[in-house]
Amino acid sequence: MSSKISSDATAAAVPIVEVSELTRAFGSRRAVAGVSFSLAAGECLAVFGPNGAGKTTLLRVLAGLLKPTSGSARVSGIQLPGGALARSRIGLISHHTMLYEALSPRENVAFAARLYGIRDARPRVDDALGRMAMLERGNTPVRSLSRGMQQRVSIARAMVHSPQLVLADEPYNGLDDSGARALTALLQELRGAGTAIIIVTHNLAEGLSLATRAAVMQSGRFVRQDTVDRIDAGSYTRTYREALGTGG
Amino acid sequence: MADILFAAWLIARKDLTIEFRTRSAFFSAVVFALLSMAIFYYAWDPTAVTATDLAPGVLWVIFTFSGLLGLHRSFGVEAADHAIDGLLASPVSRESIFLGKAIANLIFVAGVQLVAIPALVLFYNLPLGNVAGPLVAIAVLAAIGLVAVGTLFSAMAVNTRLAELLLPMLALPFFVPIVTAAAQATAKLLSGRPVIEAAAWLKLLLAFDIVFVAACTLAYPFTVED
Repeated sequence: MSSKISSDATAAAVPIVEVSELTRAFGSRRAVAGVSFSLAAGECLAVFGPNGAGKTTLLRVLAGLLKPTSGSARVSGIQLPGGALARSRIGLISHHTMLYEALSPRENVAFAARLYGIRDARPRVDDALGRMAMLERGNTPVRSLSRGMQQRVSIARAMVHSPQLVLADEPYNGLDDSGARALTALLQELRGAGTAIIIVTHNLAEGLSLATRAAVMQSGRFVRQDTVDRIDAGSYTRTYREALGTGG
Repeated sequence: MADILFAAWLIARKDLTIEFRTRSAFFSAVVFALLSMAIFYYAWDPTAVTATDLAPGVLWVIFTFSGLLGLHRSFGVEAADHAIDGLLASPVSRESIFLGKAIANLIFVAGVQLVAIPALVLFYNLPLGNVAGPLVAIAVLAAIGLVAVGTLFSAMAVNTRLAELLLPMLALPFFVPIVTAAAQATAKLLSGRPVIEAAAWLKLLLAFDIVFVAACTLAYPFTVED
């Protein structure tokens, strides 16, 4: 993975994600309701909001797991749902680990690497596991690992193909301090190399430390969207608390 | 096409590795097959029904139900911690996922058959003679059809609350034409009729296989669209 990561100053101008009036409904309920934003290479959007606000649905649409009901979303210029090419550019970290319990971390990550077309997977697998400090436990069945360790493996799995866009849904869930530091360092390194990141989290401080832009989502909409350098932390926290107070 | 088959083999190999590690479904299916065979054997009155008349029915009833045990597990391993999302978010085609699952299931069913057919021959003292080859052909053709249909319905049933009940309810009606053709062809062979008499049933099985494999492969992507 490290061989793919190189700083590129021009990358910042390239739009990786373009979302326009994106809506996803389940029956009459609109989980995502007219969300619009764009994200250039190397940018990180932190999305905050109460449970049920539509954050996970938004990420699932962008990952190609759900079809939008209306509106449009593009990843690297490819209209979603854009088939294999679009999916090959995305790394998904879910609050589910998406791992196979009977396989080891090394087997899980190698399986993912091969699905993404990486023929000589071993060095990439070792690199990804090494970054999440999971090399030593690389051959232990996943079912024997703690929830935090499984989350580390899940992150390695999502990063092994050096995605252009990382979708991270509560990626810090279950991680201890060292795991959280490793993840933050990895996400910052990816950002520096031009990877766009969308991170969903309930932790304002954590999200804002990584993000270049931030949005508060409520009832399927972005009720506030700013670049981080323009954010007044006090008013932002108030908006967030108000959103939490009203529920999804 | 090569990419689709390569990805399918990756998925099949992963499923077989998991089954080899846990061995839960395979041993369950083999034990079920042997116990059912024993029950049929002790309930059988050889003065009323000959072994060659009874054995084809016993064989295909047992294969149908023991196969369901493996088919249910097929997408069950993907349901744990939403591993299916990892597959669906990857660049492999939906058709590859279906074919990978079907290949793994076919090897699973073939493994069960490999134990169950010799056991049936021993239980009922069947005259295999020169029909072993055609019998293997029937077993393979029938397994392909059963696995294609069963894999599709396993994918549909896995996210429901009553998956264990729903899978047989959905799949069994579609198994009927395959099991009928397989049992009829097996009966012809075991009763010592010329192989050519079973040819029509073999052709019918082949036709079912082509239709079911094509239809189920094309239908699978719709089962995972939300």
